[in-house]
Amino acid sequence: MKRALKRCSATHQQGRLDAPVLLSVTLLVTLFTVLPMLLSITAGLSNNFTRGVASGLTTRWIVEVWSLYGSTVWSSVLLALSCMVLVLCIGVPCAWALARSESRAARVFEDLLTLPVAVPGLASALALILAYGELRGFRQSFLFILAGHVVFTLPFMVRTASAAFARPDLQSLDEAARSLGASFLQRFFGVLVPAVAPSIVAGSLMVFTLSVGEFNLTWMLHTPLTRTLPVGLADSYASMRIEIGSAYTLVFFTVILPILWAMQAVARWTEKAYGSKLG
Amino acid sequence: MILAVCAVPAAVVFAAFWLLPMVRLVLLPASKGWTTYFAVLTEPRYLQSLWQTTLLSAVVTLVSLAVAAAVGLYLGRRQFAGRRLLLSVLTLPLSFPGVIVGFFVILMGGRQGPFASLTEAVFSERITFAYGVTGLFLAYVYFSLPRAIASFTAVAERMEPELEEAARSLGAQRWHIARDVWWPALQPTALAVGAIVFATAMGAFGTAFTLASRFEVLPITIYNEFTNYANFALAASLSITLGLVTWAVLFVARRFGAASVGVGA
Repeated sequence: MKRALKRCSATHQQGRLDAPVLLSVTLLVTLFTVLPMLLSITAGLSNNFTRGVASGLTTRWIVEVWSLYGSTVWSSVLLALSCMVLVLCIGVPCAWALARSESRAARVFEDLLTLPVAVPGLASALALILAYGELRGFRQSFLFILAGHVVFTLPFMVRTASAAFARPDLQSLDEAARSLGASFLQRFFGVLVPAVAPSIVAGSLMVFTLSVGEFNLTWMLHTPLTRTLPVGLADSYASMRIEIGSAYTLVFFTVILPILWAMQAVARWTEKAYGSKLG
Repeated sequence: MILAVCAVPAAVVFAAFWLLPMVRLVLLPASKGWTTYFAVLTEPRYLQSLWQTTLLSAVVTLVSLAVAAAVGLYLGRRQFAGRRLLLSVLTLPLSFPGVIVGFFVILMGGRQGPFASLTEAVFSERITFAYGVTGLFLAYVYFSLPRAIASFTAVAERMEPELEEAARSLGAQRWHIARDVWWPALQPTALAVGAIVFATAMGAFGTAFTLASRFEVLPITIYNEFTNYANFALAASLSITLGLVTWAVLFVARRFGAASVGVGA
């Protein structure tokens, strides 16, 4: 009904409110956004960037990128998945505690948790290096980057999940389960988590996206043996010919975007399956 | 009791890998004397870097907000085939690392780029815009627009068309509608998105790093102090300044009733 009304008023608008300025700005912005993407895709597939597609199409740049930087793709995907799982395990219980607690300490803690987002990644990375740089084994492993990613992405999960946990109907559902004798673990995994599943999935998606593309922290935290995809990209932009940089960018698009789209589809599916249960 | 147990793992990780290291970072400049904290104000080179970064971020924020509001108003109140697709294309750069955005500018406006070829054909001189302040500006706008467009479109979708119809039928001018109908509806979002865009631009490192611009921004200054000169206390002091600026902007925006939009997302 609302939708029909909206469509009706929209078609009504189109007759009277054709907005030439807004339309041209939208078209220009679309061009501005899409043109560099198209250029980078064609550059990664052309023999010579300056002469463009006319110089002939080739996959040799992609093959070269794969042999030089192929490992960074897997490192990044694994790192982002580990980050997501860790943030899920520590973030969701914490979100519930923050949603349920009314103490002042909880509010202070909630504000503190979001600081790594407000403070530039460079500063957080410097702090980590100054604190743990001496611990060789830790400093030179992927765990060091993982630690940085976890504290950076944690607030996104906690805020999303805790907003969902704070719903009043959920509170009474929890009370009901408790009065029927359900233990805390039973209620947490049987009632609370399924009820906020869409938010948790949305939060996980955000965590994965942020981790897979993170550069500001990662560039400072990486070592020659622990390189992620964005770190490899920066390296290729600085030291390789422009065709290789473009091919590498193309690899980023073809590997990461399908994963993101698949995860978005899962998020929509969860929304449909679980979202309507409690209205 | 159970509440505390639930919060403990997150609290431990946060304290170990952010809070305590950060406390150490904040205390570090003191080892070189208290004046190190004010290095950004006393040393002209750093002050200029801070000033340049702030100015660039402010201009980027204003331009992005104005452009994104127009796009949001257009996309949010119209139904046409491919609207969803267009919106997802426009917000796609949200998942690009900053380095890719910097590279895009090098592709378009670098020495080998189409802009250089075009200007050579027309003016018989290869003009580049990638390595100066223009390149930085365009790159920053590129990664700021998607976030602002997504937020403004969402607001515009909820705007009441009746209000504008009424204003129009009462003979209001275009400019008056923009000021009295559009602006009040968009303002809380503009404040929130503006703060996030500004904070992100201030701290943007990947993009500036890729462009290796002649126009030095504060994150690059910090990076150079740390890696090239191993001047840890100074790098810490400049990081604290940068962190304080971005945190303060986000804090003030929230205080002045900015609508909540996903931070950084």
